[in-house]
Amino acid sequence: MSLIALQPRDLILAAGLVLLLALLSWRLRLGVERRVLVAALRSAVQLTLIGLVLQALFAQTSLALIALLALVMLSVAGWEVMARQTRRYAGPWGYGIGAASMFLSSFSVTLLALTVIVRVEPWYQPQYLIPLLGMLLGNTMNGIAIALDDLTRRAAENRGRIEARLMLGATWELAIADLRRDALRAGLIPIINAMASAGLVSLPGMMTGQILAGAAPLEAAKYQLLIMFLIAAGTGLGSIAAVWLGARRLFDGRQRLRLDRLKQA
Amino acid sequence: MAALRLERLQPHGLAPLHLRLEDGELVLVSGPSGSGKSLLLRAIADLDPHPGEAWVGGLARASLPAQEWRRRVGLLPAESHWWAERVGDHFPDRLSPTSEWTGPTGAPDLLNALGFTGDALEWTVARLSTGERQRLALARLLAHRPEVLLLDEATANLDEANRTRVETLVTRYRIARQAAVLWVSHDPQQRRRLGGRRLVIEAGRLEPER
Repeated sequence: MSLIALQPRDLILAAGLVLLLALLSWRLRLGVERRVLVAALRSAVQLTLIGLVLQALFAQTSLALIALLALVMLSVAGWEVMARQTRRYAGPWGYGIGAASMFLSSFSVTLLALTVIVRVEPWYQPQYLIPLLGMLLGNTMNGIAIALDDLTRRAAENRGRIEARLMLGATWELAIADLRRDALRAGLIPIINAMASAGLVSLPGMMTGQILAGAAPLEAAKYQLLIMFLIAAGTGLGSIAAVWLGARRLFDGRQRLRLDRLKQA
Repeated sequence: MAALRLERLQPHGLAPLHLRLEDGELVLVSGPSGSGKSLLLRAIADLDPHPGEAWVGGLARASLPAQEWRRRVGLLPAESHWWAERVGDHFPDRLSPTSEWTGPTGAPDLLNALGFTGDALEWTVARLSTGERQRLALARLLAHRPEVLLLDEATANLDEANRTRVETLVTRYRIARQAAVLWVSHDPQQRRRLGGRRLVIEAGRLEPER
């Protein structure tokens, strides 16, 4: 079994389906046709570009170039986390909390996977590093964005409750403990659900890809399991870091709730 | 040594102010709405950033961790908030609201003094009326044994019988614990009835009421 290379004609046919969806949206006045088309176009351009970049990168295995690409991926993920917040932290914190937590979790888990688990030689071989890091960043990004959004939204809504506890002599950590727990749970639910339903409802994307590319299904399943465990650990670590940093930033040195440090997006 | 002393304390929108309350002293504050009465109390409790320093019983605010300061300087806001489902979960574990406090007046039971029985602790917060919330918020605050009380319209939603209960309980607490009480009240009769020093906030300044 080997990979059947896709022809331009095949992609055009698939793109026709998206066009049909946009047409339907217009006819049914759903108002999302523009967004569907822009998103489809973006994905086409972005994926083609990354395909070209990766092809060039695989040809030379240069650590500097790989580090540069990883940095670009991280900074885009940082923007993405910030863009998804209804209330953002003012100043550099708005970007920094998400980016720092993602860096901490995704990079360390990827490094661990490459050096200890898969034992790639050299460890920065792009064929392994880039897809692994990409999947970890993409998933931790989701978890962190959801957890941070949950934390800041509910802190703003529950100002009275938090301050009621402060007034009775609670520390900032006690005053926000419930919200912190809920935010973490919200961030972890997508990956928990994904693990619980994996294989029953749908085949995860990576496993599908490997099978399409001709790998034995059991081998593909093993890789998928590895990735899922890594993603769960990375999302957990990243969400914990983001929620801790975010909650800390909501209070100042005198343990006052400082909602003025958030601004409406 | 004053129970509560404020030096150049400047809540948002007010001029820097000085104030000194002795042990067991009652001071009543009034002023038009929006004049900054609540902001003054919030500043003393250190809930909003502001310049100035405050002392309680000779201890400077800056020398105490914030949570320790707020435990000593208890603020009762005009609107009470509840974070757990059951009333009893809002009371400190070891200082139960039915326990005694030491002092010349003996041992009042907080809940009884406010017209409740002990089973009020089992009630869910959602079923409380506005007046019940207000009275239970006072019980919750006093159960933490603050050394200074900052009361923001503590009887605004209460009928006469319950207003008397609250006034009596605060007076007994003030005398028994020698606690300084700073009470914001818009009711001129109440201010006269309670009989403490009367101040008014006018044009951003805290001055004696005439």
